[in-house]
Amino acid sequence: MGYPHKPHDREMPVLSKYFGDAGAISLDGWKQRGGYAALRKALGMAPTEITAIVKESGLRGRGGAGFPTGVKWSFMKLDDGKPHYLCCNADESEPGTFKDREIMRWTPHALIEGCAIGAYAIGAETCYVYIRGEFTEPIARMEAALREAYAAGILGPNAMGSGKTVNVYVHRGAGAYICGEETALMNSIEGRRGNPRIKPPFPAVAGVFGMPTTINNVETLAAVPHILNNGADWYRKIGRADNPKSTGTKLFSVCGNVQRPGNYEVPLGFPFKDFLYDLCGGPLPGRRFKAIIPGGISVPIQTVDEAEASFMDYEGFVEHGTMLGSGGVIVIDDHQNLVKQIARAARFFAHESCAQCTQCREGTGWTTRILERIVAGDGTSEDLDTLLEIADNMTGKTICVLSDSCAVPVVTGIGKFRGDFEALIKTKATVMVPAVV
Amino acid sequence: MSADAPADAPHAAHGAPHTPVFVGQARAELDELGKRYPTKRALLLPALWMVQHARGWISEEAMAEVAEVLELTPAYVKGVVSFYTMYHQHPVGKHFIQVCTTSPCAVCGAEDVRDAFLRHTGCEALGVTSADGKYTVIEVECLGACGFATPVMINEDFLESVTPEKVPDILAGLK
Ligand SMILES: Cc1cc2nc3c(=O)[nH]c(=O)nc-3n(C[C@H](O)[C@H](O)[C@H](O)COP(=O)(O)O)c2cc1C
Ligand code: FES
Repeated sequence: MGYPHKPHDREMPVLSKYFGDAGAISLDGWKQRGGYAALRKALGMAPTEITAIVKESGLRGRGGAGFPTGVKWSFMKLDDGKPHYLCCNADESEPGTFKDREIMRWTPHALIEGCAIGAYAIGAETCYVYIRGEFTEPIARMEAALREAYAAGILGPNAMGSGKTVNVYVHRGAGAYICGEETALMNSIEGRRGNPRIKPPFPAVAGVFGMPTTINNVETLAAVPHILNNGADWYRKIGRADNPKSTGTKLFSVCGNVQRPGNYEVPLGFPFKDFLYDLCGGPLPGRRFKAIIPGGISVPIQTVDEAEASFMDYEGFVEHGTMLGSGGVIVIDDHQNLVKQIARAARFFAHESCAQCTQCREGTGWTTRILERIVAGDGTSEDLDTLLEIADNMTGKTICVLSDSCAVPVVTGIGKFRGDFEALIKTKATVMVPAVV
Repeated sequence: MSADAPADAPHAAHGAPHTPVFVGQARAELDELGKRYPTKRALLLPALWMVQHARGWISEEAMAEVAEVLELTPAYVKGVVSFYTMYHQHPVGKHFIQVCTTSPCAVCGAEDVRDAFLRHTGCEALGVTSADGKYTVIEVECLGACGFATPVMINEDFLESVTPEKVPDILAGLK
């Protein structure tokens, strides 16, 4: 629901039903709300049965790439005799995204339940929940909930009396956006620098500690108990009737220049225009939307026309020039200097590059310096071509896609808002941004 | 290791004698954590957090101690410490203030919040500790709370919806 606002009647709160409800945080409170029924059920099933249900539900990864979760789980060879691991990705560092944080703060047991089911389904006895170091409150709530779950025998060597071992541990990060990339995350758990690894081998073959590993986002795993409780069919029917590829509900975090920022949960395929105006309340008084980035700062910028024509699902956003990504909706209005914000985004990527690949290490820095020069009023007419050439060299050429992500706002910014760049270069003066009221 | 332990213990200066961290209770806590992982190396991030909680920052001497405890080299440990932005390689102010200024917060006025912290703490510049040793202010990249602009972290405390007007009261409330 639209936490911190009241739920809107067009939302469909499944994962977010208890956001803001302090009673749901404890084990007792969670059990009163139906908690751990799905895990009990799961532990009585064969792992392959669980994976089949998740596959049938159509659930896709909520961390950014949208890979079908059941298919990912089926890559884990259950009889290979090796220890398997599940890693829950709670690094949540993609600018614009703040949904996993609320799941952990308000419903830590929901995530633990999802992690336990996922671990059992892929043949793992251990799940590490990798939480970004800055999330002190979510970490404290998750650790308290884990202590409760262990004390109650829900986790441990005889999980819920099933005779099966399921362990869930928190691993605290220490400040690095790149550790959200799945192979960097595994290196970080192993006590290494968070450098992404070259694939193959893929994690399902050689992941954390060299063993078969599955990595899933917090929201992905938190959806699994609901699927087991209500059935794959129930989940598959949520979404646009004419788009069976995107199923279920999705949390969208909304931030920037909008009346009611917050987390909203809607069925995938919801009309983006209604979302922006009805649920989020539209632009601030006296202002107009200028540009929308619907899936975290790594996805292409949309014009307002593109955004208003989009349906909010994996395919719907692609049809209108962008991607669903992590569901972090960044709204930028006509009082902002868009080029300055793109420069700030580039600086983010330059700061967060792990610096392994030359194209990324140098490219993010060059891009930032050129953009900051343009914003300062010292841009030249060649700068835009240079930026596009650098962007081309940063795309599809590195170990991970952080480099590509830095190029995205530059290329789509110049492509869709070229006039904003040219105005800065022609006037050779800093455009004054009015103070935010 | 608990996330809510105080991180504002007095900070020893560079070159001060190092008192070992991993003795008694802390050593037992680390050994207990060791049961969660198949390798010793995996204890590196948790061990570094324990050092930072105990000492406020991670000195070269502390890195050498961690290296010995986990059977790594000091150079390896330093390589990891320097990768992660939250580990301090130098003493910082008693109140370490991180203001998010990434684009989603920037469009909501985060730079004014940053400037207000600089002004009211008397810090000369970002990253430069105030003369009385009380404050260090830095910019931080997205804190994962973009809908609550502007989020600010002070040591291990996470504040939401900070505006320039609130800064004096926030500072007055720090112990
Ligand atoms: C630079 C970078 C940062 C990422 N950050 C995150 C993150 O913070 N959280 C997340 O769940 N996935 C993140 N991802 C995606 C993960 O690599 C991975 O695809 C995802 O965790 C898989 O989970 P899912 O299938 O449940 O979505 C990131 C990817 C890249 C390239
Ligand atoms: S951009 Fe400031 S918290 Fe995300």
